[in-house]
Amino acid sequence: MIRFEGVQRHFGGVAALAGLDLEVARGELIALLGPSGCGKTTALRILGGFDRPDAGRLLVNDVDVSFVPAHKRDMGMVFQAYSLFPNMDVRSNVAFGLRMRRQDRATRLRRADELLELVGLTRTADRYPHQLSGGQQQRVAIARALAIEPAVLLLDEPLAALDARVRMQLRGEIRSLQQRLGITTLFVTHDQSEALSIADRVGVMRSGRLEQIDTPENVYRHPATQFVAEFVGAMNRLPGRIADNGEVAVLGRRIGVLNPDGRARGAAVDALLRPEAVAVVPDAAGPGEITDRTFLGSVTRLEVTLDGGQKLLVDSPGNGAGTAVGERVGLRILVESVTVADTRAGEPIPAGG
Amino acid sequence: MSAGSGGVGMFGADALIGELTPAPSAPTRRRRGRPRLWRVTIFVLSAIFFLGPLLSAFKFSLITANGSYGLSNYSQIVGSSAIRSSLVTSLEIAVIAAVVVVSLMLPTVVWVRLRRPQLTLLLEGVTLLPIVIPPVVVAAGLEELQRNAPSWVVSLVFNHALTGLTPFYVVLAMPFTYRALDTGVRAIDLRTLVDASRSLGASWTVTLTRVILPNVQTAVLGAMFLTIALCLGEVVISSLLLYTTFPVEIIQESLSGTAGISVALSIVTLAFTFLLLFSLSLIAGRRLGPGSSRVL
Repeated sequence: MIRFEGVQRHFGGVAALAGLDLEVARGELIALLGPSGCGKTTALRILGGFDRPDAGRLLVNDVDVSFVPAHKRDMGMVFQAYSLFPNMDVRSNVAFGLRMRRQDRATRLRRADELLELVGLTRTADRYPHQLSGGQQQRVAIARALAIEPAVLLLDEPLAALDARVRMQLRGEIRSLQQRLGITTLFVTHDQSEALSIADRVGVMRSGRLEQIDTPENVYRHPATQFVAEFVGAMNRLPGRIADNGEVAVLGRRIGVLNPDGRARGAAVDALLRPEAVAVVPDAAGPGEITDRTFLGSVTRLEVTLDGGQKLLVDSPGNGAGTAVGERVGLRILVESVTVADTRAGEPIPAGG
Repeated sequence: MSAGSGGVGMFGADALIGELTPAPSAPTRRRRGRPRLWRVTIFVLSAIFFLGPLLSAFKFSLITANGSYGLSNYSQIVGSSAIRSSLVTSLEIAVIAAVVVVSLMLPTVVWVRLRRPQLTLLLEGVTLLPIVIPPVVVAAGLEELQRNAPSWVVSLVFNHALTGLTPFYVVLAMPFTYRALDTGVRAIDLRTLVDASRSLGASWTVTLTRVILPNVQTAVLGAMFLTIALCLGEVVISSLLLYTTFPVEIIQESLSGTAGISVALSIVTLAFTFLLLFSLSLIAGRRLGPGSSRVL
């Protein structure tokens, strides 16, 4: 339904989009995930008509819309910043798009009230934006974007300004609303847990290109590239060596490799292991020592320093009973296969969040 | 008035402070005693400085031809057709100039902020020119322009104060208008509001009038007020170009020996300007409403 074909956009010599190819099917929710400056917002703004591609084409239903101005695009957009018109009450805000479409007053008001009911804010219809909480404002913004029955819903980090609890709740509501209406949605975020929990497919972007686009589970469990592996979720790098049968020998064990890429036997690689893919076992003669311990609620995150000086993050379920800073431990790998990357000797493990 | 404040307590502001702050302990009271005396002194002095001349002028304007007090000067103002017509001319110029300058500057400010931020400095420089160039120089230039203009332009444009002066007052008002509007536009999240409005299907014209204008209303009113005040007070250009606007008429009245009327006119102008300012702040206050947290 939506197709980016080699879309490029440069800002003063810097490529915000360096040839983006992306296809979104009807009724699908795609999350674009990436660090700031990766081009995800530029992609969204080009789709919304707020920016134009320098090269490439943007097709919606096989029609090239690259140069159609924003107000003729038929796309509902929700912004990161609070975007409700301060001079209008909630109902007028929601009805604004319908007014622009010259619908009569009765239809506008009926439709506005329907949408406010949909987002559960019927009682705030007569209030002004500054009288609403952040979460309520974003809900009204969603209702306003949906009121025009757009072909596509664009969400530009709509939850970024909200506090954690509201964020979790609202992302669930957005997802169920999107599924109920079956509306094609592009959701831009830098929050990986948001992307993974809400999307049909997650597109991970880097330097204006799509690194991988796949289901949230595949992006997390089978990252296609080293960048995806390290950007999505926390990741450990452990030195290993390619063994027979395309396996990798790491921590004295041999496990499968997800991305063999024709690496030769005996090649030195780093195995990429998630904190929850490793377990610690108390072992006075073990190869590492617990050097830090952070209680995160559902898990306890341990920092284990190996004898070689390498640090490793390990998520221990629950309160991590029986682990204490200074204790010697052994390590056990809990997965059957891993992504490997070329070694980066001397570089620290990124403190993934 | 303010039993608990323990201070002078004869002025509203002091009384308010006294009520808001807890009763001061003895050392605090002594430390605050001196500044409070200063405050009163400065207040009284500045009140004399500002109100003294004003009250004297008012008293003077009440003196009638036969030496007694009365409102004859004011009734002559209402009766004089020359004064009335000059006032009407000035008000027409003021209102038209205010509307024109805002409808020129608001789209410009929005456009520069959204699309050409690198032009901000240039715009600031250009809008400063009317202040930098002395009015006498402007008037001399305009005189030259009028002398060399073809006669149909003179009869169509320069022969009437309304058409002859309004364009130049628009230019003169640019510095104030630009700054007022720029401050107003800076206070709102312009890009997001514009993007939101556009994505909902609004054209640029609708975005400007229905979304931006209502949200910078106070700034627009401020800009208009400044323009109107400027037009009602500008005397150099209009008198040098021999247009009889309201301020020129005031001067002519005083020169023709009817000083009482001229002073009465000044008082009326002052009251009018004050009313404008007051109604502006009233409108702004009502827009925000009680309990509003919007800073605009």
